[in-house]
Amino acid sequence: MRFRISLLGALVLAAMPLLAQTGVLSMPKTVAAGSAFSIQSTGSGKAVLYIVGPGQVLRRDVLLGEPAFFAPGELYNAGHYLAILVGGSSTENGAFDVTAANQAAALSFLAKPSRLAVGLHEGVSGVVYVFDAFQNLVLALSSVSFQLSEASGAAQTRTVRTRNGVAWTKMNSGAREGAAQFVARVGDATGTRVIQQVPGDPCHLRMSARPSGERIAVETEPVRDCNGNALADGTIVTFTETHNGDESTVDVPLKRGIARTDMPAYGGARISVATGVFVGNEIRWGKGEER
Amino acid sequence: MRRPLFIVGTLLAAIFALGADQPAVRIAATNSIGPRHLDKQTETAVIRDYLEAWRSLSSAFEQNRADLLDPDFTGTAKEKLAETIREQAKMGIHARYEDSAHDLQLVFYSPEGLSIQLIDTVEYDVQIMNGKTVLSTQHVRTKYVAVLTPTEVRWKVRVFQSEPE
Repeated sequence: MRFRISLLGALVLAAMPLLAQTGVLSMPKTVAAGSAFSIQSTGSGKAVLYIVGPGQVLRRDVLLGEPAFFAPGELYNAGHYLAILVGGSSTENGAFDVTAANQAAALSFLAKPSRLAVGLHEGVSGVVYVFDAFQNLVLALSSVSFQLSEASGAAQTRTVRTRNGVAWTKMNSGAREGAAQFVARVGDATGTRVIQQVPGDPCHLRMSARPSGERIAVETEPVRDCNGNALADGTIVTFTETHNGDESTVDVPLKRGIARTDMPAYGGARISVATGVFVGNEIRWGKGEER
Repeated sequence: MRRPLFIVGTLLAAIFALGADQPAVRIAATNSIGPRHLDKQTETAVIRDYLEAWRSLSSAFEQNRADLLDPDFTGTAKEKLAETIREQAKMGIHARYEDSAHDLQLVFYSPEGLSIQLIDTVEYDVQIMNGKTVLSTQHVRTKYVAVLTPTEVRWKVRVFQSEPE
């Protein structure tokens, strides 16, 4: 069964001016989180004052007619609070709001992904929730500065205004591999995440071949992406030799940016090289041809 | 994908309020939810879990049992609510929160899909009890800002904060 209060009571609350009066209780309509405030009662004798909300609850023995002071930091969780004065057989009620402090003190900063290829348009996203010193979401407008900096010094910067305490952006990954710093800043509050930028898809794959006893030694030039970054060691390079309809394949991981192996020396054999879906040059052995 | 501006809020009371004591729920039109498309299934799940969080809150505060928050709250929201419940218990009081209406608007869905923010203009009755004695009964209309994050099986409320309308 629902419980209800009178419509009149609700109207009185809605019509409260800056300094609200509810029965014998006077209190501010809003209090900044963590700020000092007082609640004035009238009458005489002793009573108990409760401040009750989902975010916090306080109890204070008070002398009626004297203000009840709440020190800085006593009531710090933002929210809607009831003030209930219990004295003898009677109670008096009031209500007020605690609002987040406007000054940002902490950021919840989520950057994704933590690892990505260089040169991706809007490949990095950053989301910031702005909190005050008491972990209340700061709903007042703030400007969040996002900066993505590479080790080389190149940086992208964007400033975004919060909406309901949150701001987000997307940025391009840089051209150079390595750790990039992604920093979000609101006033003195900062958050930093490291984004590992790795080489993109291969863009340059070229091999050479030379005799090596009874075999052919094949070796790539340093394998690089389109921005000139060497592909990571361990990337598999595949050499394929075709001769008289037979095909043999050797998979070799890059080591110091280069893949090398040897293959049977058949006159007229064709040797090709690839990594992933990227195909490099082709050599025809013993015929003096190379493509 | 940007949601059409003209979509009118849908009355979901038939879905969410199957009983007489269930709150009325209205989903307001969403002009823009940010960088990520919100599909209907996710929207429904978020709203369902948020309303369930209110039921957990109500039970937890009435019984002074912080553990009842566990399925629906996480992070700062859970810590703050749990601390309030512990303080209530020390003082020998408890609170009955009964939500009667929610006017919801989803306002932000983060690009990586790891948080969603909603604003709820909520009406609820709150009764503060000392044992079986009613200290106060009030009807409240206020605005809540909530941030939910996904867990293994549901969305949980991570930020739960009211502010003046």
